[in-house]
Parts: sequence; C-alpha cells; structure tokens
Amino acid sequence: MIEASWIVPSALIPAIMLVLLLYATFSVGAHVPTHEENIDPKLVAQTAPFNNPGLFDRGNGQYDVVMVGQTWSFRPNEIRVPLGARVTFTVTSQDVIHGLRIEKSNVNIMLIPGQVGKATAHFTERGEFLLVCHEYCGVSAIPTLGHQAMYGKVIVE
Amino acid sequence: MATVAVDSLPINDTTRPDVADARTNRITALFLGVAIAAVALGILLGFLQALEHAGIDLYPYLKPIIHSYYQGLTLHGVLNALVWTTFFICGFLLYITVQAYRRPLTHPGLAEITFGLMVVGTVMAAIPMLLDEATVMFTFYPPLLAHWSFYLGLTLVVAGTWLVTLLVSLVHCAWRKEHPDERMPLPGMMSIATLAMWSIASSGIALEMIFFNLPLSLGVIPETSPIIARTLFWLTGHPIVYFWLLPAYISWYTLVPRQVGGKLFSDPMARVSFMLFLVLSSPIGLHHQFTDPGISSTWKLVHAFGTFAVFFPSLLTFFNVVASLENGGRARGGTGWIGWIFKLPWNDPTVTPQILAMLTFVFGGIGGLINASYSMNLVIHNTAWIVGHFHLTVGAAVTLTYMSLSYWVLPRTLGRKLWAPQLAMIQGWLWFFGMIIFSNALHRLGLLDMPRRTAIGMSPYVQEIATPVVQEWRAILPLVAIGGTILTISGVLYILICVMTAFFSRKVTVPNGALLFSEAQADASHAPRALDQWRPWVATAIVLILVAYGPTLLELIGTTSLNVPGRRVW
Ligand SMILES: [Cu+2]
Repeated sequence: MIEASWIVPSALIPAIMLVLLLYATFSVGAHVPTHEENIDPKLVAQTAPFNNPGLFDRGNGQYDVVMVGQTWSFRPNEIRVPLGARVTFTVTSQDVIHGLRIEKSNVNIMLIPGQVGKATAHFTERGEFLLVCHEYCGVSAIPTLGHQAMYGKVIVE
Repeated sequence: MATVAVDSLPINDTTRPDVADARTNRITALFLGVAIAAVALGILLGFLQALEHAGIDLYPYLKPIIHSYYQGLTLHGVLNALVWTTFFICGFLLYITVQAYRRPLTHPGLAEITFGLMVVGTVMAAIPMLLDEATVMFTFYPPLLAHWSFYLGLTLVVAGTWLVTLLVSLVHCAWRKEHPDERMPLPGMMSIATLAMWSIASSGIALEMIFFNLPLSLGVIPETSPIIARTLFWLTGHPIVYFWLLPAYISWYTLVPRQVGGKLFSDPMARVSFMLFLVLSSPIGLHHQFTDPGISSTWKLVHAFGTFAVFFPSLLTFFNVVASLENGGRARGGTGWIGWIFKLPWNDPTVTPQILAMLTFVFGGIGGLINASYSMNLVIHNTAWIVGHFHLTVGAAVTLTYMSLSYWVLPRTLGRKLWAPQLAMIQGWLWFFGMIIFSNALHRLGLLDMPRRTAIGMSPYVQEIATPVVQEWRAILPLVAIGGTILTISGVLYILICVMTAFFSRKVTVPNGALLFSEAQADASHAPRALDQWRPWVATAIVLILVAYGPTLLELIGTTSLNVPGRRVW
C-alpha cells in the first residue's frame, strides 16, 4: 500500500507531540484553572471572601488576592508585593464575563458570574505589570470607561 | 508512479452536458451572492478596526450607523465568520454534490425554501446588530443580552444548514438506489461528511439558543447560567472551524490536483480523513475553555488529547494534498526536490490563491496546536495571538480558498466569463501578503499579552501604564493597520470582480460541459468497504460527543442554577 509511508508519520507525529505535552505539563505541574466553588453572583458583596476584596499576607512570601470583576473595574486594581511573592488569586465576577491576564505571568483566567476561579503567580521580576480584562464586557459613551478601560497593575518591589 | 500530461486533464468534459440544471446553478449563485455581500460589509468594518489599533479613530464619522468599535466588531465577526462562511459552504456543497453524483437535486423547491429561510434568519440577526441592539460579539456569551431577533435569526440560519444536509443526503439516497454496489463519488461523500459533522455538532448551539438565550431574551426565564451556555456554545464553536475548513479541503482534494495537471495521491486516504473528521471534530471543544473556572481540569486534559487525535486526519490531508501537488508539478515538467513547486500554476486565479491558502494553513495549524496544548494555552488565551491565529485559518486558508473558488463557481453557474482574471490574480496575492503582515503582527502582540476584542487605540492603559511591554505594542500596532489596508484593497477588488463577473462580463454561450473531478493515483477500489457506510460513523460521532461532554454538562447542571440576570452593557 503506497499510503503507508504517509499514514505512519501522520499518526506518529501527533502521538510524539502528545507525549511531550504530557511530560511538560506534569513535570512542571502547570495546570489550567479547574472547578472550585459556585457562588450566587447577586450576593457577591455579602459572600466571603468576596465581601472583603484585597491583598492578604499569608507569611513566608505567600499572598492571597481576593478580586472581584465588574463593569469596568477590578477590585482591588493595584497590588503591591515584594519580589519573589507567590500570589494566589481568587476571583469572580458580579455581572458579565470578564477575563484576567497579568502581563508576564501564568495568570490567565476567566471571571464567570456564578463561578469562583483560582490562579497563582510567582513574581520574580521587579517593576510594574499590567493587569487587564481580556473579555469583551461592554461599551460606554465615555471613552475612559468601557471594556478597554478595565485594568489595574501589579507593582513588584 | 505514473505521470500524466497536463493536456489530458481538462476540467470539463465537453462531450457531456453539465449535470447541474438551471435551478441548481441559480441556487448556488444565490447562496454565493449573499456570502459575498456579507463579506463585503465585514471587510470594510474590519478596516476600521485595523486603523483604530494604529490610533486612527474613524468611528465618530459613522455615528448614526455604527455607534462603537464593539458594534462594528460584532458585525465584522458575524458577517465574516458566520454569514460569509455558512452561505458559501451551503451553495458550494449543494453544487459539488450535484456534480459528483451526476444527478440533480431531488427536491429543488426545498433548496429554494432553505435559502429563503436562511436569508430571513440573516436579516433578523442583522437588524438588531445594525441598530446597536445586539453588541454581544459573534460568541454572544450570556449574560450579555441581545434582542431576541438576533438569537432567533441565527437559529434559523443553523436550521437552514440542517435542511442542506437533508438535501444532499436525499441526492445520495436516490443515487444509492440506482447504484447499490458502487463506491460513493469522493467529492459527494466529502460534502455529506462535512454537513453531517456540522449537523451533529451544531446541536450545542441549538440547545444554547432554545433553552437559554431565546427564553432569556423573551423574558420566559428571568436568569441564566453563563457557564452552561458557554459550554454548549463551544461544543459547536470548535467544530464550526472544521465546517469552514472541510469545504476548502474538498477543493484541495478533488479539484486542485486536476487544476494543477496532476492526480490525487490517494483516494482511500482522503476518505479515511473525512470520516475521521466527522467522528473527531466535536469532542474537543473544551480547549476553548481551558481558562474557565467551573470545569474540571481533568476533562480539559481529555479534550486536549482529542485535539491531538484530530491532528491525525489533518496530517493525512497535508501529505495527500502536497503529494498531489507534487504529482502535478512533475507532470508539468518539474524536477528535483523542489523544482516541481516552481512549475505549479502561479498565475491562475482559480488555483493559485488556494495554494497560497495551503501555505497559510500550515502556520495556522501549528498555531492551533499551541492553542490546544493545555497549559501552553495560558500564554495566549484571549490575547491578540488568537486573532492572528484565526485570521490565518478562517481569514486566509478558508477565505482565500473560497475567493478562488468563487472565481470558478460564479462563471460556471452564471454562464459568464470571469471578469479581469489578471486582476483576480493580483487580488489573491494581495490578500495573502496582507494577511501575512496582519497576522504576524497580531501573533507577536499576543505573545506580548495584548488583549483581543479591545479598542486598544483608545484604551487608557496604553497611555497610562506604559510598561516596557506596552511600549513594544506601540511599535508593532502600525503593522496591523498596514496589513489591514492591504487586505481592504484586496477585498474591494474581490467584490468588484465578483459583481462585474455576475452582471457585466461576457456571456459564454458554449456550454461548459460536465465537471470533471481529479482522478486518483490510488483509486477507491482498495478503500475499506466500511467507508461506504454512514451509520457507524455518525453513531460513533454522537457517542464520542456524549462521552466527552456528558459528565461535564451533568455536573454543571447539578452544581449551577439559573441565577445570573441578563445584561445590556453597551
Ligand atoms: Cu471586563
């Protein structure tokens, strides 16, 4: 069969790539966000921990950030941590779907109303890092409002 | 390996009359007409977005019609990704099926009703978009809440595609009765596999519309579940990519080899790849939701495996098509390792853009694997990389192929000569180069964490938080506008050529003759018999979807409630 010379590489290439992917994923322990908890999006302001958004020092360089997304801001929108901080973000949205991406980090997560999400970042570089909403979440007649104005920053000092 | 003389492979059999009757020709041309009208408007709106990224804001001048960047972006996405593709595919696959089975549609009246239904649906979706009542993007993620007419219109378009599946299946059944033991004609088998895959996969979006979006917009249910709606959306949202791609593959497999003077390398391998696409396209959509909380990372990993499985028929296609091109290039006198490439027809508007499309697809495919690679997705999810990626795939590989095909289908169905073929050639090359510049810039911006779906030109953070990375964006953003401008010029040329061909070009009085598809070096005779059955493949596809989505959907239904109110945020 003349096709065999092409069928074999067509099967082998994806198989090898898959093995490499699995190896890379499990050796580094890099995982994507998973199911955590559900929350009533209308009661975000009354439900712990989101009734008290902010940065919390857990000691040993570990920090927690509890963050709420809403049109068109993050609370908190400025996070100041020392170099080397490991920060776990616990996030949700109280209206529509938003996204959270922090420049040069592993944080890339959707803020979905009704869902609690978790993502962790390790800040190993000093400086200011942009934190943006990367899912369309609305328009305003005022240009400094609207989805393109939903952002914050992480300051690593 | 036998080589063939170019002259022995004409595209038409002039000794036999064209099998497509006047009604099939008309319905094909009508579907293409709507597709072309949609992409015309879609391209012009895209131009505004590209300029906006470079800081040139033209939206204030369009105020009475287009109120915001995001309204334009919604129209751009719906018109290009949904209307242009769907209408082109329906027209093209009806035409190919009739030509391949060499018999007219069994129910041409139903085809006309289907077209009417889909036009009504498109208009129903377009009106609220144009009135700024549906600025929700082409993904319309709840709880964003558009006017009910938008959801109902899109649902009717999907329902229309199911009728197209029925129409081609009826042609197959009628043919099968007359030819109980014959192998299905390859282009017909591929058309049906494409539509069958889509009809199964589109159940996700249909469920989302019927149980979530429509009742919410009509006030039947007060609140919704964004995570369930979103999961149903992506059940369809990934396979829709194959719905766009497979018609291009049909051309690459069954038309292009003959057009370049060669033969298809292997007919059985082509059949296998299409049956695998039918089975494997759907159960992999969770890779669009890798960053969603609410869905277990285990199932996300399972879907990542599936994405690599579907890479198998993609590679089969790649090797098969390239071997066929090589066969053509050698038949035209090409020698050596790469000499045959230069002998391919590089100045034929009905072929060359498709070869360029294949090139863009190689890069698009590699990018797609990165997107689907689980943790690697965290680097690029929802960044400009994704925009760059799907402009290479649906915007270049698919669209360039469709553009090139329209230069071939319109003259055949309208009985007119292609207007200004040299200009058509230039149009194809311009689209190719424009897209390379545009998409390369967006891929780089994505790696620098620039978000997608964002009016970046007017964004305060570009000014206020000028981190080193944001400063790098500024250096690259003008390339988006340059690529976009080249694409717009090419798009305008495309529309011009189509309109001139349809209405003003010279009528061809001599009948074209029956369409001849590519012959194969290895023909269907040694293809496994199982490839002539539909039921086992369709059943496997359905079972795999249930396995891949059942547990996740059941868990979501068990843990979430309808507790998120719809919102208009524009
Ligand atoms: Cu947002």
